[in-house]
Amino acid sequence: MALVELRNVSKIYHLGGEEIRALDDVSLDIEAGEFISIIGPSGSGKSTLMHILGCLDTPTKGTIQIDGTMIQDATARQLAGIRNRKIGFVFQFFNLLPKLNVLQNVELPMVYGGLSARARRDRAMRALQMVDLENRSKHRPMQLSGGQQQRVAIARALVNDPKIVFADEPTGNLDSHTGEVILELLRKLSQEGRTIALVTHDPEIAAVTPRRIEIRDGKISRHIDPKLAGQPRVEPVGVSV
Amino acid sequence: MNLLNSIIVGVKEIWSHKFRSLLTMLGIILGVSSLVAMSALVKGMENGMKEALIAMGGLDKVLLEDQQVPPYQEQLSDQAVGRTIDDVHALERSAPLIRLVSPEMALRGATVSRAGKSVTPSELVGVWPAVLDMNLHVLQYGRFFTPLDEERASSVCVIGAGIRDELFGSPEETGREIVPLGQILNINGQPFTIVGMFEHYESERDRKEREWAKAHPQEKTNTGPARMRGWGRRGGWAFWRKNLTVYIPLNTMWVRFRSAAGAANIPDPHLTDIDLKVASLDQLEPALQQARNVLMLTHHGIEDFAFQTQENNVENINSAIHNARMSGGIIAAIGLIVGGIGIMNIMLASITERIREIGIRKAIGATFRDMFLQILVESVVIAILGGAAGLLASLGAVHVLQMIAPTENTPIITLPACVLAFASSVGIGVLAGLIPAFKAAKLDPIQALRYE
Repeated sequence: MALVELRNVSKIYHLGGEEIRALDDVSLDIEAGEFISIIGPSGSGKSTLMHILGCLDTPTKGTIQIDGTMIQDATARQLAGIRNRKIGFVFQFFNLLPKLNVLQNVELPMVYGGLSARARRDRAMRALQMVDLENRSKHRPMQLSGGQQQRVAIARALVNDPKIVFADEPTGNLDSHTGEVILELLRKLSQEGRTIALVTHDPEIAAVTPRRIEIRDGKISRHIDPKLAGQPRVEPVGVSV
Repeated sequence: MNLLNSIIVGVKEIWSHKFRSLLTMLGIILGVSSLVAMSALVKGMENGMKEALIAMGGLDKVLLEDQQVPPYQEQLSDQAVGRTIDDVHALERSAPLIRLVSPEMALRGATVSRAGKSVTPSELVGVWPAVLDMNLHVLQYGRFFTPLDEERASSVCVIGAGIRDELFGSPEETGREIVPLGQILNINGQPFTIVGMFEHYESERDRKEREWAKAHPQEKTNTGPARMRGWGRRGGWAFWRKNLTVYIPLNTMWVRFRSAAGAANIPDPHLTDIDLKVASLDQLEPALQQARNVLMLTHHGIEDFAFQTQENNVENINSAIHNARMSGGIIAAIGLIVGGIGIMNIMLASITERIREIGIRKAIGATFRDMFLQILVESVVIAILGGAAGLLASLGAVHVLQMIAPTENTPIITLPACVLAFASSVGIGVLAGLIPAFKAAKLDPIQALRYE
């Protein structure tokens, strides 16, 4: 059984009486340990897909299973719990809390997880070591460079040892060199066995991942998977893989 | 997230906006301090009123008055005996629920004079020593009447300090306390020796006025002859009256001043007053019933007497206090509500400014409950800090009140008022936080993260 199983998922919005299918009958599996990218231009539905995969949103139709739990009908409280324990987010704008220092930012998911202060500190320091920022633990986010902030955000995403990490345009707000460093860090984490999903509009960035899914108009338009015969090929629209 | 963490986060948030939080708290501070100061003022007022009540003899004092014979006994009215010393003896013997009986025989319109000065006492009464306890008198100098004075109908008197002031000069005028023991004064022309003098009775307010005048001697700017400015004494009527008392033994009054009104060569034996004190206020009604039963016997079944209690006075005081408390309480409550609205307003502004933060917190696992608690705790912490500061401020406010009006009754801060004010500030913090907390907690994380 795959880590994430998406089956015939649709997300439909109603905007002024008009029906918008942000996701249209998408099926997708992500295995544990995979490094996968979700590519698509803006408005393609890739963000909606990430939100549903990341338990920030629930589908209108279809089923989704993450780590053995069906979540399409979960309550807001259950979703918050799953986000807290099984999912890590890395955002384009870093989304660190400016009033907290680096260590406190990294500790934040564990605060909601209910860990003791001591355990929180130890684990947060270990996560900061992973991104090489343990000596900046008392700094405020504003005192760090963009790349450092993003590394703090990665540490925060990893600190609860999630099953899967979603990185939404993690290089979008960085210069190309710093972006490279961040991508390199993600690749390293993937090699250590982490499951990482990279969401981007840029095919060049998506190229770092072996498996790539292209979204267009709410559907999977292209699927590149080295495991499937090793050749890139075009998938028929809407067929599950 | 547990409650302790929520509180820490809330306090940090408040600390990071010190000035804004202080302004927000100001409403609560003013509300709490005005509530406490108002109740302290009313308490001071209440004490002043109770003082006057006690000066009149206290709550447990009952007057036994003459009354027209009721219509159904009209044919017996010429046999009505009126109140005499027999009633007093009968009550002392047979009415155990009456603790104290004090007969009084007053001489109306008497003049007390000495060395060309004269004064009309508020009351010139022949009494037993029971009157001391009855009217709560304190004998400061000399002695009261002995059984021998009563037996021999001696020409002795005990005076209030006001009589001394008028005939010998007050301490304010002469600069020293004159104690006129052994001096002779004339009551309607008959000489009496002063054997005792009561202390000077005054309300707390008068005492403070006097002390204040002493501490701030004013230069006399008035010209022209010395004169009383204004009629009567402002306030403290009960005290003024009590100070102008002259007491003589009951028998002295009877044999010396009642001869003209008597019959068959016996001076008029009617008492002008019989004052009673009940053994306990809870037993007021049974005690009055008992007294009535006794008196019905001595009056041969003719009901020519009636009781008068201080219950009405107490009710008046209570209703005056109640009214003052109500109006002050409403004003303070409005202050607190305005403070609460201030908190709500700031909390709403604060969550709008922190939508992104709320989105981040929800994305990494904060539940509805976590966010709700965080905002609510912030609001409650502001209210608690404001309430505590308000309590401190009320101490200052009471001080200021005393400086503005040094001669008024001292405001007294009471614990229940503090508890009430603090509890309502906390309650208002909770109420004011509910809507902002709910709004923050139900934010959609996706929308919140997109918010710029």
